[in-house]
Amino acid sequence: MQQIISFILKNKYFLLFLLLEIIAFTFTMQSHSYHNSKFVNSANAITGGVYKKVNSFKEYTSLKEYNEQLLEENVRLKNLLSKIPRDSTSKLVTVVDSVKYFQKYSYTSAKVIRNQYNRKFNFLMIDAGMDQGIKPDQGVVNSRGVIGITNSTSKKYTTVLSILNETSNINVKLLNSFHYGSLAWNGKDYNVLQIKDIAIQANIKVGDTIITGGKSTIFPEGIPVGTILNFNKENNTYKEVNVKLFNDMSAIGPVNIITSYDKEEIENLLQGLD
Amino acid sequence: MNEIVKNSLLFIVLILVQVIILNNINFLGYINPFLYILFVIVFPLKKDRGLLLVLSFLLGLSIDFFLDSGGVNAAATVCIAYIRLPLIKALTRKSEIDFPVFKIIKLPFLKLLSFIAIITLTHHLVLFSLEYFKFAEILTILSRTILTSIFTIILIIFSLLLLNKNK
Repeated sequence: MQQIISFILKNKYFLLFLLLEIIAFTFTMQSHSYHNSKFVNSANAITGGVYKKVNSFKEYTSLKEYNEQLLEENVRLKNLLSKIPRDSTSKLVTVVDSVKYFQKYSYTSAKVIRNQYNRKFNFLMIDAGMDQGIKPDQGVVNSRGVIGITNSTSKKYTTVLSILNETSNINVKLLNSFHYGSLAWNGKDYNVLQIKDIAIQANIKVGDTIITGGKSTIFPEGIPVGTILNFNKENNTYKEVNVKLFNDMSAIGPVNIITSYDKEEIENLLQGLD
Repeated sequence: MNEIVKNSLLFIVLILVQVIILNNINFLGYINPFLYILFVIVFPLKKDRGLLLVLSFLLGLSIDFFLDSGGVNAAATVCIAYIRLPLIKALTRKSEIDFPVFKIIKLPFLKLLSFIAIITLTHHLVLFSLEYFKFAEILTILSRTILTSIFTIILIIFSLLLLNKNK
């Protein structure tokens, strides 16, 4: 017993060092896995408050850019609107029971107050949280495409798992065919992502547009992602399909958060399958 | 100024400077210097190393909270806090009696530079190794370690000169 105590006293700094390193290591391992409630995250009042203050200064320098993005989005939405009458005159629709026509998605707006794109596991922060009805695992997009998925929330702030994160995996498809793949990032260029598991039958070409696939409960179908930059073919499978994003991930301002109303229903159904 | 007040002020200022300014530099797309380890370098030498270890852990963890990086900064900072004293002893051959009057800036320049370089390289190597955590990425880890270290070392030397001019 005495020997143990004298050993501890003799090596107390080394043991303290070891203890602190083990704690730090545990936090690190936690942050490398996707589905773990994390103790160390920036969605709290102190870090959120600091980032919000800093952002309120930086915002003014990008107002012009944000205006242009909004104009761009308006044009796109107006073009979509102008296509509607032609379709609806060809088939007359009578809605008898409005309860059957559920709204599938709703959008909430927020601002990115902290952007990150130069690490391997990148997280953003937005200035909306539980008070605005944000929950973990909701999609985050802007007018030019997918940004990420909400991760942890506090009362007023939310961290977003960026698509520039090794653990991120998003279902995408080609605009002009029904071939699906999953979007991931290899950690190199922050405007170029990779598509995995796309079938050889897809017959992709450089410049093809990629949109979200709608196979997940998080993103609706048809949100723009990017265009194919280049790809390799090896043994009759696609290797390294690179996608250039429409977004510039280093300059993101206002975003929308998507609430999916069918999420629970779909997940309940899928749970029955397992 | 009281030593405790001075060091707590330095602690907070370094976190804020790191989070607000230095993490947004992104030189060449990804190089951000880590000035906050200056705290470990200038912290007064004491026989009791426990306080520095705990403070370093808290400093690293605070940076981790801002960066959402788990515990990589905490692990790296604790690591350099642990090797600091043996390193100073090896470099200067000073005994424990000299500690209260010892000032890091009073070292000859070459010794000071090698001390800062070893501390910085160790910190960055641990940091990036834990962040990437894959043997296949060893080249990325090394190149990022060296490139970032150069900037951190330059910044630390300038800050040391600045801190000493004010007195």
